[in-house]
Amino acid sequence: MGKTVAEKIFDAHLIDRQGADISILSLDRVFCHEITTPIAINDLVARGKDRVFDPDKIKAVIDHVTPAKDSKTAEQGKIMRDWAKRHNIKDFFDIGANGVCHALFPEKGFVRPGFTVIMGDSHTCTHGAFCAFAAGVGTTDLEVGILKGVCSFKTPETLKIEFTGTLQEGVFAKDVILAIIGKIGVNGATNKVIEFTGPVIDRFSMEERMTLSNMAIEAGGTTGICYPDMTTVEYLWDFIKDDYESKEAALADYSKWIADEDAVYADEITFDVTTLAPVATFGYKPDQVRAIADFEETAVDQVYIGSCTNGRIEDLREAAKILEGHTIAPGIRGVLSPATPDIFKQALKEGLIDIFMDAGFCVTNPTCGACLGMSNGVLANDEICASTTNRNFNGRMGKGGMVHLMSPASAAATAIKGTLAHSPAYKGGSNE
Amino acid sequence: MSNKTDRFKGNILFLDRDDINTDEIIPAKYLTENSKAALKPYLLEDLKLEGFDPATSLENRQVVVTRNNFGCGSSREHAPWALEINEIYLVIAEGFSRIYRQNMYNCGMMAVELPKEDIDSLFETFKGKECSVVTDLEAQSFTFTSGDTTLTIPFKLSEFDKTLVEAGGWVEFADANY
Ligand code: SF4
Repeated sequence: MGKTVAEKIFDAHLIDRQGADISILSLDRVFCHEITTPIAINDLVARGKDRVFDPDKIKAVIDHVTPAKDSKTAEQGKIMRDWAKRHNIKDFFDIGANGVCHALFPEKGFVRPGFTVIMGDSHTCTHGAFCAFAAGVGTTDLEVGILKGVCSFKTPETLKIEFTGTLQEGVFAKDVILAIIGKIGVNGATNKVIEFTGPVIDRFSMEERMTLSNMAIEAGGTTGICYPDMTTVEYLWDFIKDDYESKEAALADYSKWIADEDAVYADEITFDVTTLAPVATFGYKPDQVRAIADFEETAVDQVYIGSCTNGRIEDLREAAKILEGHTIAPGIRGVLSPATPDIFKQALKEGLIDIFMDAGFCVTNPTCGACLGMSNGVLANDEICASTTNRNFNGRMGKGGMVHLMSPASAAATAIKGTLAHSPAYKGGSNE
Repeated sequence: MSNKTDRFKGNILFLDRDDINTDEIIPAKYLTENSKAALKPYLLEDLKLEGFDPATSLENRQVVVTRNNFGCGSSREHAPWALEINEIYLVIAEGFSRIYRQNMYNCGMMAVELPKEDIDSLFETFKGKECSVVTDLEAQSFTFTSGDTTLTIPFKLSEFDKTLVEAGGWVEFADANY
C-alpha cells in the first residue's frame, strides 16, 4: 500500500508509539517566538529542567510585538533573549534582524522537505509548503520539544486537494485558499494533513504556496503540504548547494517524500479555479467567504497589508501595482508591515515603499502587530478593516472590530476606493 | 490536589454553539501575561453566544459541555489555562480542534468527545436547568444529574490520554521516558 507524505515523514521520524494511534516523533526543528515560549521557559526553570535538546535545531525570534510596547512585552523579550544566550542558540533574531516567524524562517533556509517542525504557533503549517510536516502546538508540547526534541502526534489522515484550471487576472493564492476554506469549513480538515496538489500549485511560487499552506489551520488542518519540485529546489539552493552536486540531484533526493500514486486518502477533492472570483470573508469565521463583488458597498476604516500570510515581497509588488499613481480614499488608514527586514529592503530597492507612502500608507517595521490586535494598527469598537492576514475572529484585530480577509491586490484596491474592491485587472463575473 | 482524577466533576456550563475559538476563550491581548493566575478574570470574555454573560454565567461552574470543534484557532495554551485557573478541568464536546485537545491532556486536564447523539440528548435533557456531572475514570463513564433525572453516558479515553491524565501532564512523562 502506498504512503502519503505525512506517513513517509512519520515513518522516518518514529521513535515510539503510545497505544494504537499515537506516534512519538523526533523533531528536526523547534521554532520559538516570544508569545508562547517565555511561559514554557519559566515552567522548565520551575521544574528544574532548564535544558535544550539541541541548540542548533532550535530557532527563535521576537516578532509578535517588536519593539516592545510596554513592560509586559519587554519582559517577554528579555526572557527569550536571556534564554537564547544561556543555551547558545545562535539563530536567534532580535530587533533589527527580526521579522514575522513564518516569513523569516523560510527565508533563512531552515526548512527542508521531509522535516518535522513544531512551534507554539498555529500557523506553523506554513512550512508545509516545503513538504515538511510542520505543526502548531501548545506550550507544553513546545516545552517537551525544547527539552527532548520529541512530540506526540495522532497518526494523521490526509485530505488531498487537487487544484485544476487557470486563475483569472486579479485572482490570487489567497483567493484560492479562502475559497477552499469556504467550501470545506473551519472544521473541514480537523486532525488531517492537507496535500495541496495539481497544476495550479505546480505553477505557484514558494511565496504563493506559503500563502496557501499558511491557512490550512483555518480549516482545522494539522499542516498543509505541497510537493517538492524545481521551484522548491531553486528557493533553497543557496542553503543546500554544498549538500548536492546539482539541482537535479537535490530534486531527485527530495522527491522521495512525494506521496505514492496508490497512497490512501481520507478524502480527495478537486477544485477548478478557472471561474474563481476575488473573494473576502464577511463574518467572524474564515469559512464565511463570498465574492467581493457581492458586498462591494461595505465601507472600511483601515486597510492592513502584512503578516505571515501576505507580507512577502510578491504581495507587496501586487499591492503596489494597484496603488501606483493613486492615493488612498479620504478617511481611510492604510498600514503596511513588510514581513521581514529583507523584504523591507527589497521593497525599498524596487521603489515599492515609495509607492505605498505616496499613496498615503503608514509603513511599520516587520512585526505581527495588528494581525493579532497587539500593536501598530489595533481597531476601535465597530471599526472595519480590510486585511491580508488570516484570521477574522471576533476581536482578533481589536475588541469590537470587524476584519475582512482578502488578497493584497484586493486590499490595495479597497484602500483606493474606501469600500471593498478587487483588482481592476479582474474582468470575470461572480462565480457564485 | 490529593487525587488528580478527582477533579473532573461539578456544575455544568452549557455552551450551545459549534466552533468556539481560542480568541473567544481568551483574547489575544492577554497573551502577554506570563502567569496563569493573571488570566482568571478574562475567560470567555469575547464569546458571542446568546444568553451568555462572562460576568455571571461562569459562576460556580466546573465543567463545560459544548458542541463541535471547540478550541479551534490559535495554539495558545492560555485557553486551557484560563479554564484551569477558573477550576474547570473537564470539557465535554462533540469534537475539538487538534491542538486544543492535546493541550488539555498535556496539562493533565480532560477534553472528552461524545457522539453527536449524546451531546444532543444532553442539551435536550438539561439545557437551561441546573445540572452536574461526576466522572468515573476507571469505568470511563459520566453520570449527569439534574433534580430527579440521571443520565449515564460512557466515554472512551485513549491509553495515551489516560497516561497523561494520571501522570499529571506530558513534561514529566516525556522527560522520564525519552
Ligand atoms: S502574522 Fe499574525 S498569524 Fe502570522 S504569526 Fe504573526 S500573529 Fe500569527
